[in-house]
Amino acid sequence: MSKPVQDWSARVEELSGAKLNDCYQCGKCTAGCPRAEVMDVPPTRIMRSAQTGDVLEVAKARSIWQCLSCQTCTARCPKNVEVAGVVDALRQISIETNTFSDESLKVVSFQKAFLRSVRRNGRTNETEMATDFEARYFFRRFDVANVVRVGLLGPKMIARGKMHFKLGSPVKDKALVKRIFDKCGVEL
Amino acid sequence: MAKIGVFTCWCGENIARNVDVDKVSEAIAKLPGVGCSMNYKYMCSEPGQSLIATKIRELGLTGVVVASCSPHMHLKTFRKTCELAGINPYLIEMANIREQCSWVHSDKEVATAKAIELIGMAVEKVRRNHALQPIRVPVTKRALVIGAGVAGIQAALDVASGGVEVVLVEREPSVGGKMAGLSETFPTLDCSQCILTPRMVEVGQHPNIKLMTYSEVEKVDGYVGNFKVTIRQKARYVDIAKCTGCGSCWNACPKKNKIPNSFDYNLGNRGAIYIPFPQAVPARPTIDPDNCMRLQSMKNGKELCGICAKKCQTNAINFHDEEKFVEVEVGAIIVATGYQLYSIKKEQENPRIKGYAEYGYGKYPDVVDSLQFERIISASGPTGGEPKRPSDGKTPKSVVFIQCVGSRDNAKGITYCSKICCMYTAKHTMLFKHKVHDGTASVFYMDIRSGGKMYDEFVRRAIEQDGAKYYRGRVSKIEQVMVDGERKYRCYGADTLKGTPVVVDADMVVLAGAIMPSSGVTQLAQKLSVGYNEYGFLSESHPKLRPVETNAAGVFVCGACQGPKDIPETVAQASAAAGKALIMLSQPELTREPEIATIDEKLCAACGACVKACPYQAISIEEIRDRKGNFIKKTSRVNPGLCMGCGTCVAVCPSKSADLIGFTDDQVYAQIESLADVF
Repeated sequence: MSKPVQDWSARVEELSGAKLNDCYQCGKCTAGCPRAEVMDVPPTRIMRSAQTGDVLEVAKARSIWQCLSCQTCTARCPKNVEVAGVVDALRQISIETNTFSDESLKVVSFQKAFLRSVRRNGRTNETEMATDFEARYFFRRFDVANVVRVGLLGPKMIARGKMHFKLGSPVKDKALVKRIFDKCGVEL
Repeated sequence: MAKIGVFTCWCGENIARNVDVDKVSEAIAKLPGVGCSMNYKYMCSEPGQSLIATKIRELGLTGVVVASCSPHMHLKTFRKTCELAGINPYLIEMANIREQCSWVHSDKEVATAKAIELIGMAVEKVRRNHALQPIRVPVTKRALVIGAGVAGIQAALDVASGGVEVVLVEREPSVGGKMAGLSETFPTLDCSQCILTPRMVEVGQHPNIKLMTYSEVEKVDGYVGNFKVTIRQKARYVDIAKCTGCGSCWNACPKKNKIPNSFDYNLGNRGAIYIPFPQAVPARPTIDPDNCMRLQSMKNGKELCGICAKKCQTNAINFHDEEKFVEVEVGAIIVATGYQLYSIKKEQENPRIKGYAEYGYGKYPDVVDSLQFERIISASGPTGGEPKRPSDGKTPKSVVFIQCVGSRDNAKGITYCSKICCMYTAKHTMLFKHKVHDGTASVFYMDIRSGGKMYDEFVRRAIEQDGAKYYRGRVSKIEQVMVDGERKYRCYGADTLKGTPVVVDADMVVLAGAIMPSSGVTQLAQKLSVGYNEYGFLSESHPKLRPVETNAAGVFVCGACQGPKDIPETVAQASAAAGKALIMLSQPELTREPEIATIDEKLCAACGACVKACPYQAISIEEIRDRKGNFIKKTSRVNPGLCMGCGTCVAVCPSKSADLIGFTDDQVYAQIESLADVF
C-alpha cells in the first residue's frame, strides 16, 4: 500500500516539456476536446494523473490513442500547459512499457506502420504501409476473418483508384529523415 | 388641526409594478386630516425630497408620511428633509409598501388595498407623534481596548496617536497575541516578529497608552461616552515598575525549562518565573503560582525556594502580591479579543461541537495543529526554526497538511469557512520545502480560497515552484503505523479530481483547525451587551455598512473576535474601529435617538419586572423623596444614556407604566384601530 510508486511525472515533463504542476484542473482541455465524449479518461483526468505520477494508469487508457493531436487543448489552456504534448508523452511511455490496452493495439500498430513507412521512404507509401500494418496486426491476433475482409477490400480500392501499386519515389534527402528519427530516438 | 402630507413613492417600478399608486394617493387623500396626497417616481431623489419640502412649507404640514421602502433604508433621509423644511424630524413616519407589500404580493388589486391600509396606519400614528429632541450626553475622552494582539495594538496606537488616552488591557503577561507566535506571514513571507515587535514596543512606550497586561475586564457599568470599567489585575508576583527585566530570576529558577510553555502551545518549556518569549512587552517576568515551589509551600505555611527573590537586585519580587481591581472611566470601548483554534481532539467543551477522533489529534504526538506548526517552523520557536517533529525530534521528510479541519464540517457542528487556512497552509508547505528540500508536502483541501492581493499567485507558487502536492479531498482517518522501524502516520485521503483514494504515509501531520473566538468572549460580550452568534463571534451592527460598530452604542469590534480574518484585514478593521472611536470621542457631546423607554413614576409599583427584562441594564429602582428627604415611594427609572429603545420593558410592565417614546401604546393602538375600521 505504501510502496513507492515510480515518479513518472518527471519523465512526462522531460518528454513533453509541459510543466505539470501548472495545471489547476479547470477542465477547459476536456471542454474543448473534440474527442472527449468518446474518451474513457478525459484530458483533465489525464493531466491530473500525470501530476500525481500515476501515469501507467492512464497509459492503458484508450483516450490517449483517440486523441487527434489537434492541439485545441494546448491552444486554449489558461495556464499555457502543453496538454497535447503530455498525451504524446503518454503514448510513448505506453509503447515503451507495453502498457497499451488490447483495444488500442490496432491504433498502435497503425501508427507504427505509418512511422516505419515514413522512415523508410521519407513519405508514406500506402500499399507498403497497409501491408505492413495488416501483416503485423495479423501476427499479433491471428484474426483470419479480418485478413480475408481486408484482402477483399484491397482490389475494390485499387479498382476505384484509392490505392496504387506504384511504390512512388522516396524523398531525395533520406539522410535528413534519418536524422529526424534518430533525434526522436523512438524504437518502432 | 392636523394637516398631514402623504407622499407615495413608485420606487421606479419596484412599487408601481404591483401597487396602483394613483389609486393609493386618491384613497389616502380622503382620510381625515390629510392635507395633501401625491406620488412620485423616486421620492428619495433630490426632486422627490424637494417636493416634500415644498409641500411642508406651502401647506404648513404638521406631519409627514412617506410610503416607500423600509425605514431602515431611508428614514434618516426623510427626517433630514423634514428638518431642512422646518419641522421636527420626529414628525415623519414611513409606511413600508415595498418590502412588506409590493415585493411580496403578485396580485395588484390586493397589494393596492394593503398599501392603502399600511399608509392609513402610518397616518394614524403620525397624527399622535410629538416633536422630540435628541438626547445629549457628555463624553469621557478616553478609550478602552480589550485584547492586545495585532488588532488591539493597531487600534490602541491609532486612537493614542489621535490624541486620545487609551487603556489597553491584555489577559496574557505580554502583548502580541497570536501573531507574536507566528513564523512568517503570507503573502510576502516577512517574519511576523520583525513586523510586530516594533509595534509591541511602541504600545509599551506610547505616552497616551496605559498598558495593563495580565489583566481582565471584570465589570462594565455606564453607557456610551461614560463607561465605568472595572479591571482585574491578576497577581503577577513581580513589581513591573521595579523590575528591569535582567533575567537573573528566570535563569535561576530551579523549574527552568521544566514547565510546558503555553505560548509555544506546550511544545517548549519555561520556568515557574518566566517571560513567555524573549521579545515580550513588557519584558517583565510573571510567576506561575501553580508551579512555583515558594508560592505552593506558602499555602502550608512554609517558605521553600525563593531563589528568584534572592537573585533579584531590585527587590521586585513580591510573593504576597494579590489581585487588584482598578476602575477606569472611558467613553468608547474597542473589543479585539481575537481567536483560538478549534480544539480538534475528541473531547470538546462545547456540546454542540464535535471533535475528530479519526485524526488522532492529542493521541499521536506528531499530529499537530497549525499554530503548533507555526512554532515548530518559527525561528523564535522551541526548535529555533528547525523543522523537528515533537515525538522524537527527527526532521520530517513527508508532511501531510489537512485543511478544513472543523471548518465547513456540518457533522462536527461548524458550518463556516475559516478563511485563512488555505493561505497559511500554502505558506506552511513553502516554509517546509525551503527548509527540507527533499521533503514532500502533501495538502488535502476542499477548495482553495485565496481571494486577495497577490494571494492566488502565492498559492500557485507553492504548487508550481515549491512543488507542494495538492489533493482535492478530505482525509478520512489517520493511523499510526511502523514502516521499516519508522513511526509513520498513514493518511487515508482521496483525490476527487482523479476519482481515486490516496494513501500517504507521513512523518508528521498538520491540521488546519477552524478559527473560533477566544475563550471567555461570550461572558465579555454579556458584560458589554454586545450580541454574538452561535459560535461566539461578536455581531457587528450591519454586515456591510457598519462593520466595526456593535448594537451597544460606544462599543466597537475589530479582528478575529468578529469573524475569521487574516492580518491585513484585521489591521484594516482595527484602524477602522479606532477611527470610529475617535469620531465619537471628538464630539463635545453625544446625541442619541430620543425614542427610548419612559416610566410613569406615579403608576410604577417598583415591582422590578422591567429591571430584570432590560437587556441593556438601563433600568434601575430609585427612591422618590420629598424636599425634606422623607421617603415617598420607590419607582423604576430609565437611564437615557443606556436605553436602546427595544420596548421589552413596555411588554413586561404589569401596571402599564412603561411606555416607549415615539412608539407609545396610544400610537400603536390607534394604528390597530385604523385597521379595524377597514374590516
